[in-house]
Amino acid sequence: MAARRRTPAKADPAAEHERELLRTMLRIRRFEEACAELYSATKIRGFLHLYVGEEAVATGVMSVLEPDDAVVSTYREHGHALARGVPMDALMAEMFGRQTGCSRGRGGSMHLFHADTRFVGGNAIVGGGLPLAVGLGLADHLAGRPRVTACFFGEGAAAEGEFHESLNLAALWHLPVLFVCENNRYAMGTSLAHEHARTDIALRASSYGMAAWAVDGMDVRAVEESARQAVEAIRHGGGPHFLEVRTYRFRAHSMYDPDRYRPKAEVAEEKTHDPVTALAELMTSEGRLTDRQLATLEKEVAAEIAAAVEHAEQAPLEPVEDLTRFVHSDRTPAEVT
Amino acid sequence: MTATMVKTTYREALREAIREALQRDERVFLMGEDVGAYGGCFGVSLGLLEDFGPERIRDTPLSESAFVGAGIGAAIGGLRPIVEVMTVNFSLLALDQIMNTAASLQHMSGGQYAVPLVIRMTTGAGRQLAAQHSHSLEGWYAHIPGLRIVTPATLEDARGMLWTALEDPDPVLVFEHGSLYNLAGEIAADAGPVDLDHAAVRRPGDDLTLITYGGTLGRTLEAAEELAGAGVSAEVVDLRTLRPLDDATYLGSVTRTHRAVIVDEGWRSGSLSAELSARITEQAFYDLDAPVERVCTEEVPIPYAQHLEEEALPQVRDIVAAAHRTLGEQP
Repeated sequence: MAARRRTPAKADPAAEHERELLRTMLRIRRFEEACAELYSATKIRGFLHLYVGEEAVATGVMSVLEPDDAVVSTYREHGHALARGVPMDALMAEMFGRQTGCSRGRGGSMHLFHADTRFVGGNAIVGGGLPLAVGLGLADHLAGRPRVTACFFGEGAAAEGEFHESLNLAALWHLPVLFVCENNRYAMGTSLAHEHARTDIALRASSYGMAAWAVDGMDVRAVEESARQAVEAIRHGGGPHFLEVRTYRFRAHSMYDPDRYRPKAEVAEEKTHDPVTALAELMTSEGRLTDRQLATLEKEVAAEIAAAVEHAEQAPLEPVEDLTRFVHSDRTPAEVT
Repeated sequence: MTATMVKTTYREALREAIREALQRDERVFLMGEDVGAYGGCFGVSLGLLEDFGPERIRDTPLSESAFVGAGIGAAIGGLRPIVEVMTVNFSLLALDQIMNTAASLQHMSGGQYAVPLVIRMTTGAGRQLAAQHSHSLEGWYAHIPGLRIVTPATLEDARGMLWTALEDPDPVLVFEHGSLYNLAGEIAADAGPVDLDHAAVRRPGDDLTLITYGGTLGRTLEAAEELAGAGVSAEVVDLRTLRPLDDATYLGSVTRTHRAVIVDEGWRSGSLSAELSARITEQAFYDLDAPVERVCTEEVPIPYAQHLEEEALPQVRDIVAAAHRTLGEQP
C-alpha cells in the first residue's frame, strides 16, 4: 500500500468528531431558524414543527448508525433528516413543495422521505411509526442482516396503544430496533404529568423485557454514548433497546401554537441548557474549538442554508398532470407476472 | 381435452395458494393471530406451521395495529408478507396503519416507498356472530386511494388471487367472506394465478344485469336461476376487484341489458353499491330502461338471532323482487 501522508500531528480525531457533532447541531439549529422565517414569509406553509432545543438527540443517535441502518421518524423530523444525511437542498425544496423536494412536494415538512439514506419518513400519526420500525426490524431479522432500525417518537406516543403493541412485539421477537423516545415533556400542550400515570417512560419500556434507560438529551456526547452502547448491543443480537432521551423544545409546538401551557420561566430556564452552546462552550474551554473555528463553522452552515433556499426558490413545481402519480406503482401485477 | 379436475374447498384453495406462495418465494411469510399452532381462526393455515416453521408461519399477539404495521415495515424491508386479520371488524384496530401508512406511503414519499403487502381478512355475516364479527366493510376500504381490494367468490379466485396479489407492488386487501370457507367443488388440478384487473360474467343473460361480488355471488346466481324459471334472462357480473373497479365489464353489460340490480352485503348509505349506481348513471344513463335497483343489508348492526340476521341480509327473494321491479313487473 502506498504510503499515505500523515495527518498533521495536532489533528485529534476525537476533537474532529466533536466538531462534526457541533456542525450537525448547528446545521439543524440554523435550518430550523431559517424555516421559521420562511414560514413567516409564507414560503413554507402547512404545519411546521421545529426541533430547536432537541438537536442533540438526532445528532447523537445518527452519529452511531451505519449507512444501511434505517430511520423511522416523526413529524418533527427536520433534524433527524439532516443528521441522517438527507441533503439540505432536497429538504428545503420539500418545504417549498417543489419537485426536487425529497418527497417531490407531496409530503411537506411532516413527511420527509429519503430512500438513499433509508430515512423511512416523517410520520404525522403519533405512534404510527413504531409498528413500521418493528417490521423493518423483522425483515432484517428474517433476512439475517446485521442492521438496526432507529425509531424516533415523543413521550406523547407512550400513551398510544401502538407504543405498547410495538414494544411487546419487538421484545417478543427479539428484533433489532432502537426505540428513541424524545421526551420533551409536552405532548403538544399536554404536560407529561398531566398525561401519564407513571412518568418514567424508560421504566415502563423496561417492563416489556428490553434494556431501557434515560439519558440527558441536552448533552450530545451522552446521547451518543448511550446510543452507541445500545446499537452495538442490538447489532450483536441483544434485541431491542429503548432510550428515553430527556430534552426540551425551545419553541412552540408548531407555528400555530401560542405556547400558553408552559410557564415562561420554565422555558427560560431550559434555554440555559442549550445543547448547541453547551457543546461549543465545553470544547472552547477545553481547547478543542477556537472562536475562529466556530465562526467558520457558522459561516459554512449559513452558506449551505442560503444555497438550499436559493435552490428551493428556483426548483420547478411538479406538473399538475402528475398529480395522481405515486398513488400506485407504475407497474401492475399483470405486468409483473 | 379437459384438464384434470380435483375436489377442493374454498378454505383448501386458500391454503394451497399460501403454500404455493411460500414455496415459490422465500420472501413470503404469513403472520397473524392464531395462524400457526391453532391453524387459523377459520382453519385456512392448518398444517402450514408444521411444513414451514414458526418464522414463516408467525403467530402474533392480539395487536392488530402493530402486526399490520410490522407487515408494512417488512414489505418495505424487502419481504412479501401475507398478514391475516381475523375479521374485518378487528381490522379497524389497524385502520391507522392500513390507511395512514400502507395506502399513503408511496404518495407521500414521492414514489420512494411502495408497500408490497397482502392483508387477508374475513368479512360478512350469516353465521350468527352478531355485531362485532359480521360486517362487510370492504366498501369502506374501496374508498381509499392506494389500496387494491379483491373479493374472491369462487374456488378459482380463492386459489389464484393470492399470488397475483403478492406480485402487486402495492398493498392488496383480500376479503374472504366467512360463509364461503366450506364452499366445495372442483377446480383444475393445475389452477394457478388469476388476473385481478377484470370483473367476470358468471352467468350470461340479456334482460338485466345483476352486479355483485364476494359472499353474495351464490345467492345472486340462485336468484338468476329463479328468474330464468320466470322467463327472465339475468346476467350476473362478479366484480372480483372493488378497487380499482373494472367499469368496462359491468357497464358493458348494463349497456346491453338496460337494467341493473346491485347486490351488496354492505349497508346502502354511502356504500359501494352507491358508487356503482352513480357510475352507471354517470356513464350509462341513456342506456337505462329503469332506475338502478340496490339490494343491500338493512341499516342495523348485524343482530344475533337467526331470523333477524336473515332479515337484515340480502336474500334471493329480495334480489328476484328487485329484478322484477326493473322490468316493471310484479314478481
